[in-house]
This record gives sequence, C-alpha cells and structure tokens, in this order.
Amino acid sequence: MPKYYLKLFVIGRTPRSQLAIANLQSLMRHLSGAGHEFEVIDILEKPELAEQERLLATPTLIKTVPAPPVRVIGDLSDTQAVADALGLELSTGHARGSSHG
Amino acid sequence: MDKDRHVSSVQKVPTGINGFDAIANGGLPSQRTTLVAGTAGSAKTVFACQFLAEGIIQFGETGVFVTFEEPPSDIRRNMQGFNWDIDTWEAEGKWVFVDASISPSDQEIAAIGHYDLGALLARIEHAIAKVGAKRVSLDSLGAIFSRFQDSNMIRSELLRIAMTLKRHNVTTVMTAERNREYGDIARYGVEEFVSDNVVILRNVLEEEKRRRTIEVLKFRGAYHQKGEYPLTILPGQGVTVIPLSAIELRQRSSEVRISSGVGEIDEMCGGGFFRDSIILVSGATGTGKTLIVTHFLAGGALAEERCLVFAFEESREQLFRNAIGWGIDFAEMERQGRLMVVCAYPEVMGLEDHLVSMRAAIATFKPNRVAVDSLSALERVSTVRGFREFVIGLTSYIKHQEIAGLFTSTTPTLLGGTSVTEAHISTITDSIVLLRYVEIDGEMRRGMTVLKMRGSRHDKNIREFSIDEKGMHVGKPFRNVSGILAGNPTQISAEDIKKGQLIQPG
Repeated sequence: MPKYYLKLFVIGRTPRSQLAIANLQSLMRHLSGAGHEFEVIDILEKPELAEQERLLATPTLIKTVPAPPVRVIGDLSDTQAVADALGLELSTGHARGSSHG
Repeated sequence: MDKDRHVSSVQKVPTGINGFDAIANGGLPSQRTTLVAGTAGSAKTVFACQFLAEGIIQFGETGVFVTFEEPPSDIRRNMQGFNWDIDTWEAEGKWVFVDASISPSDQEIAAIGHYDLGALLARIEHAIAKVGAKRVSLDSLGAIFSRFQDSNMIRSELLRIAMTLKRHNVTTVMTAERNREYGDIARYGVEEFVSDNVVILRNVLEEEKRRRTIEVLKFRGAYHQKGEYPLTILPGQGVTVIPLSAIELRQRSSEVRISSGVGEIDEMCGGGFFRDSIILVSGATGTGKTLIVTHFLAGGALAEERCLVFAFEESREQLFRNAIGWGIDFAEMERQGRLMVVCAYPEVMGLEDHLVSMRAAIATFKPNRVAVDSLSALERVSTVRGFREFVIGLTSYIKHQEIAGLFTSTTPTLLGGTSVTEAHISTITDSIVLLRYVEIDGEMRRGMTVLKMRGSRHDKNIREFSIDEKGMHVGKPFRNVSGILAGNPTQISAEDIKKGQLIQPG
C-alpha cells in the first residue's frame, strides 16, 4: 500500500480556503491504507513557495509522494474526482457526496 | 472647465521608449494599467520588455515581468539583441520575473470545484515588494485564457490584479492578442475590464511590404495623439516610434539667405535659398541634379558651414570623381570637417529604418546643410503611404533643426513630367527648382527654372545652362521656345512673336 504525501496551497482564511481544507481532511479519512500525511500552506505567509511551485490558481493540491508529482486545482468538492485525478486509492465503502461542496 | 481639471489630474509616466512619449503626450497614465494589443508578431513582447528596460536604464525604476507565454530563459536570450542585459538586472535586483509560462512538464491540470488566480496575484505582489517595483509588464493575457476553462473567472481575476496593482502604485502594461489588424480590440474581450487605456500595435502587409504602426486608441481622462504612427524595431535600441506630425513645428522662418553654390541660381532665387528651408530639385536623369547637390555642398563649405549628404544612387567613389570633374574636391572638404558623405543602398532596410538612421546622422554631425540624392530612389522601396510618412518625417525633422535641406527627385520621363515624389513633397517644400531637357533643332540642351520660392520674389524665366569642368554655368533665358515644362518645346519664329501669336491659345 503506498503512503501518500499531499500539499494544499491556499490564500489566507477565506471561505474558499476553509472549504478546500475541510474537503482535504475528508479525503484523507477516506484514503485506503494508513500513514498518509498532508500539509496546508498559506501563500500569504510563504509566497516564495508559490513561486517555487509556479502556482497560478488557488486552491492547488499537489500529491508529492509517490513521484511523479501531480496537481489539481479547485476547492476539491468531489472527493472521487480528486482521487481519480491524483491516482489515489480510496478505501472501499467510500460513498460519493460525503465531502462538502 | 471641469473636464480640464479632470484631464490634468492624470499624471503620465514617461516610458523612455523612443518617440512613444511624444505620441502619448508624455507617457503612459501613471499607476494605471494600459492594454497593449496586437496580432502575432506585432512586437508586443518587445514593447513590454522595453517598458521595464528603459525604466531601469533611464529612470532607475525597477520592474516585474510576468510572462505567460515564453519562459524567462527565452526572453533573456531574445532581448540581448537590444542590449538589454536582463541577467545582470536580475542579479542587481532591478528586474524580476514571475514565471507563469507553461513548462513542458506541466500536464493537464484537473479543476475540481471553484478556484481563482490568488496564487498568481500573491506572486506578483511578492515580486513587487522584493524589488520595490514601479513598473509591471504582463505578457500576454491570451496564454492564460487557453490554460483555464473558466474565461469569466479569468476576466474577473485580471480585473482584480489590475486593481491590486493600482494599490501598489505601479504603472502596468498588459499585452493581449488580436485576431485581425482592424477589428475587435483584443481576444477574449480583454478590453472590457482593462479598458481605460488602450494602445494598438499593428504589423500590416501593404503592397507586399510589411509596415509596423502604433496607435494610442484611448487614455481615459488624458490627452494623446490620434491615429497610427510608423514604428520600427532596431537592433540595440528596440522599438522606435516615428512621431511625424506630433513633431512640434516651431521652426521660425529665417530671413537669412545662404548660397546655392552657383551665383546665377542665387540671383534667380532673389539672393539665395533661405537658411532654414527645404529645396526640391526635380529633373530627368542626367539633367544635373547631382551637380546642383555638389554645388550646394561646396557653397556650404566655402561659407565654413558643415554639410551632410545622403547618397542613395551613387557610390562614394562615383560622387567624389564626379565632383572632381566639376572642379570640386570633396576629399579636402571632408578633411576640413566640413563634409560628411553617407552612401547607402535604398534596399538595405525599410524606410522607417532609413529615417531613424538619417536622423541619427543629422543629430551626430550637426550639419548646417543636408542634401538627399535622391528621394526617388527611396520611393522604390516603400509603399505610397510609407513614403509620404517618410518624407514628412524627414522634412519636419530637418526643419526642426533649423537647417537647409536640399532633396532631388527624378522624373520618370526625359522630357517634362513630374514624379510621384513631387506630389508628396511639393506642398512642404519652400523652393522648387526644375531641370529640363530642351530639344531645339535636333539638339538636346538643358533648361532650368525656379518654380517656387516661398517668401521671396524670384526669376520666372527658363534659363539655359551648360556643364563643364568648372561645374554649372547658367546662361540666358530661352526666348523663342514655349512648352518646355510640358515636355514638348516648340520653337517660335521671330515673325510669330511679332504677330503676337504667343498670347493666343493653341
């Protein structure tokens, strides 16, 4: 079972940021296996990281481990779609619509 | 009154781009965003880069370049030809890139739910703060629309970026694509949200020749010159706008006369040419136009003036040899610093480039007299419209320097006729001298007349002249010939004159 490392880039404490963070937490709960980690980065505090990743849109979620890195943008309102885009395995029994949107 | 006060409240920032500030009445509106729109290849990126480069070079203002299309490495390399050392400026903290270009490793990014361009805005703000930027360029907006599905979101985000930049007190250039040279201002309706100030760059194919122009379409609440102005891109300099009519014509008409170098011509003109006038010498090939130029230069040197000649028809060797044949030593004049000879093939570059280099030569050598031999040779390499703009640009520049300009123009037919050159230039010339072949009794002779001499009486006769090793000799008027100027000289017998047939039509 792979262990995932996810980085979420947001701007400040806007409703959109909060929504993306909540949706990411929900996604983490539904990932199959254990030991996955995630990190939330506020670009207003660390703009140089946005520069380094050459980000344009926020929120942006990057799966950094396992390689290669893959990213999605948006408030992550569809957990299944996020998992599909990043190639993440969800635990069985995950039901669509459990995330906030 | 209120309008005036409003207009004067918009400050301008001089871009430092050669000629642009003249047509923009001082520069770009300060602390606002100006949209610079153009088709592919219309020099949008050069303009956007030059706005920052001139800020650094001329005004010590730092800049941020946001690139959506070309990676920074390409821009650094492409701009080296203009002597803009972006690498060094980056190292010195004067220029900073925000790289928003697509890198090959960028895969298709899925969008899940709502998003905005907050990350981009944060990066731009970070970059501005890092170098204390006063100028920002975003190049070009079309590329960002192609990367995100939601065009409405992009539009409102660009508006937000423009508003934020205003808050940072920076002056901004945003470039955008156009599909056609004459049509919608920009693709994606970009102008709807940054519509206050619009500049349009064009690269039009006209009579199989490329012609670049620039137009300030609008500056909200501020004045600017209207219409299209020719533009050229020069190595080592970048974009140069040729302001033409925007050149302020504050020349005063001088009463001071200068010698044409030929005593009889001075007499015909009522005492010589005026010091700050434009003289056109027109005639068929071989009638003696280059000879008049040669005398004009020698006359200047004799009066201890500096003379500059642009020769587009003959090589330097030919010119010098001709002059020697007429008893005039150009080499000696050069040694004394009285003469500068610039020979060029008309075909080596476009007319805009010729104009820029001619103006540069005049500015450097600071002559009292300028001669161009011939204007017609330059006409070959241009469109009608381009040529007219060139002539206006050159004459207004020469008048601005308050020096004398003598241009030659070759008529297409040997006998009589006018050239297109004359049609464009006759109204802006102060004096016109016509040279004509005159066929009498199966013999070709040469005639000359002063057709126009603004602000002075002049000889209305058509005089015969000859050419020998001492140059030009002007003789008596043709008395018994009519129709010389029309190109069909008819001899009139003494009897006819007696009968008074001359005054009868037919």
